[in-house]
Amino acid sequence: MKVALQNLTKRFPGRGRGAKDVIAVNDFTFEIPDGKLIGLLGPSGCGKSTTLNLLCGLQKPTSGRIFFGDDEVTKLPAEKRGVGFVFQNYALYPHLTVRQNIMFPLENLKGEQKMTKAQMQEKALEAARLVQIEELMDRKPSELSGGQQQRVAIARALVKRPRILLLDEPLSNLDARLRLQTREEIRRIQRETKITTIFVTHDQEEAMSISDLIVVMKDGVVHQIGKPQEVYDKPVNLFVAQFLGTPPVNTFDGRVKGGKLYIGDEAVLSVEGADDQAVYVGIRPEGFVPEKDGALGCGLVRVEVMGRDVSVVCTHGAAQNTSVRAIIDSDCEIDEEADTVRFSLKPGKVHIFSKETQQRIDCRLFI
Amino acid sequence: MEKQSIKGWLYLLPAVLFLGVFMVYPLIDVFIYSFEEGYNSASQTYYGVGLYNYRYVLRDPYFLQAVKNTFILVAVTVPLSTGIALLISVALSSIKALRNLFQTVYFLPYVTNTLAVGLVFMILFKKTPYTDGFANLVINWFGGESVDFIDGPYWAKMFVLCFYTIWVVMPFKILILTSALASVNEIYYNAAKVDGTPRLRVFARITLPMISPTVFYLIITGFIGAFKAYSDAVALFGTNLNAAEMNTIVGYVYDMLYGNSGGYPSYASAAAIILFAIVLTITCINLMISRKHVHY
Repeated sequence: MKVALQNLTKRFPGRGRGAKDVIAVNDFTFEIPDGKLIGLLGPSGCGKSTTLNLLCGLQKPTSGRIFFGDDEVTKLPAEKRGVGFVFQNYALYPHLTVRQNIMFPLENLKGEQKMTKAQMQEKALEAARLVQIEELMDRKPSELSGGQQQRVAIARALVKRPRILLLDEPLSNLDARLRLQTREEIRRIQRETKITTIFVTHDQEEAMSISDLIVVMKDGVVHQIGKPQEVYDKPVNLFVAQFLGTPPVNTFDGRVKGGKLYIGDEAVLSVEGADDQAVYVGIRPEGFVPEKDGALGCGLVRVEVMGRDVSVVCTHGAAQNTSVRAIIDSDCEIDEEADTVRFSLKPGKVHIFSKETQQRIDCRLFI
Repeated sequence: MEKQSIKGWLYLLPAVLFLGVFMVYPLIDVFIYSFEEGYNSASQTYYGVGLYNYRYVLRDPYFLQAVKNTFILVAVTVPLSTGIALLISVALSSIKALRNLFQTVYFLPYVTNTLAVGLVFMILFKKTPYTDGFANLVINWFGGESVDFIDGPYWAKMFVLCFYTIWVVMPFKILILTSALASVNEIYYNAAKVDGTPRLRVFARITLPMISPTVFYLIITGFIGAFKAYSDAVALFGTNLNAAEMNTIVGYVYDMLYGNSGGYPSYASAAAIILFAIVLTITCINLMISRKHVHY
């Protein structure tokens, strides 16, 4: 089922007299292709959960339209939309067993869809098998771990074969190890069921790792939509560049002058296709290569060895953050005693953004 | 550890002392009196020890009347008041406008003096040479015959007593239930909504189980409170409850101690112990049922 959003906007009245309306979602237009896993990504308060609530019908949009396939559902109440929703804290009914929880949506079916008790049992078991909790069917939610509760919630959302599946911060209540496992699990379940799935997260790693497409939002506005790698490699503006990637991108004040890109006084790369102007330069941590006669000189603070990689923490006068973090291969040699270190830059890992608009400047960078 | 527990006991001492003197000791005493035949509190003498008091009380028609009245009162008012309170609370939590106004209105009986309320009920139900009372006006309006609710037939008096009791106990129940309803997390309703659950099912399958501890608390305290009814009957029918056939068990105990037929602490003690046994049994049954149906 493909899902289309047209100029979707949601305003909330401001608190207090004369307060301005809060625009949670601003003019969101997007078509979600059938059977994909979409990650809605953004810092908290950016409107991603509101978007999810609009999709499932718990909230009504101020303006704009929503289509599931060819049907317009904008005015349909939640129960008629055929969506499965996994809530952030799961919302499992605490007084019902796992089995009863999963069967609950089926018991509400009416008319032709109405099922016998045996059919419901079977469907519930099927859903439980999908998320691998069939041996927990007679427990109460309070007797389950966080990860198991999560699976029950997914099973409950899937049991009536929803047209789309919505997950609100599905991994935020899990510990780090479980998070890794569960996100694979969500990916697997989505692949098996082929249900168009939209999930909300503030964790960019989570979104990047399993999504077919990610939607980066901020302050109710969609900034970029694309395949995770595309968005990472070609961020449309400074915000997207800074939001994606851990450790985050290093931002410098710089300028383009005479076909050269300057950071401080040093010309670090050659530029083609950009006018002379002041710019922000974003350099991914993996874009630094330590070289004796590298173009960019930084003050060395410390070197952190993290097994596979080495993280070099430096300072630079033109940097926006207090420290610059570079991640380099562990076989590169760095003199830890030195006060300074020089890097040459990988052009593909360097992005430049207009100082005024913070938009990406599309140009060719080379050494 | 040792020192700690001494300190603990020391802090508990005042409460233990007061409870001991004013509750535990009298309780034991009542139990003893109930077996002492013809106990006289002035001379502290009695004739013998045995079950005579119980035999007397259980054969006393006034006591049997009181037991019957009490049981009818309990059986009618506890389910009705809890049920109606639940309905009103649900209605209150589903409206937004005027909610505070209605909450206040429903809470008024709780802060109103029992005897003042009794007076109002007199105006509603009492037949005087000048008027038949408001209730009869309504009955006449619909073409019915006037009924004397205060001095008339037994069922009419019982109706007034039950009506009054329900009205008086409701505010507390509504208060407790509205706060219980408010404490049910919104997210369960959202989840139910996404699953297309009809409202009645949401109430039966989600709301009610979630507030079941509160409901059972109200039922148990309701039972106990109704078994101890006395002042309501006095407010409506005056102090001579035996003559009005409207006595309750507690009323009987009081009459045996201080009423016109008073001065019989032994009979009063026996009646009190019987009441205690009844309340204990009912409460145990309640707890047993609640264990099956209450979800924590």
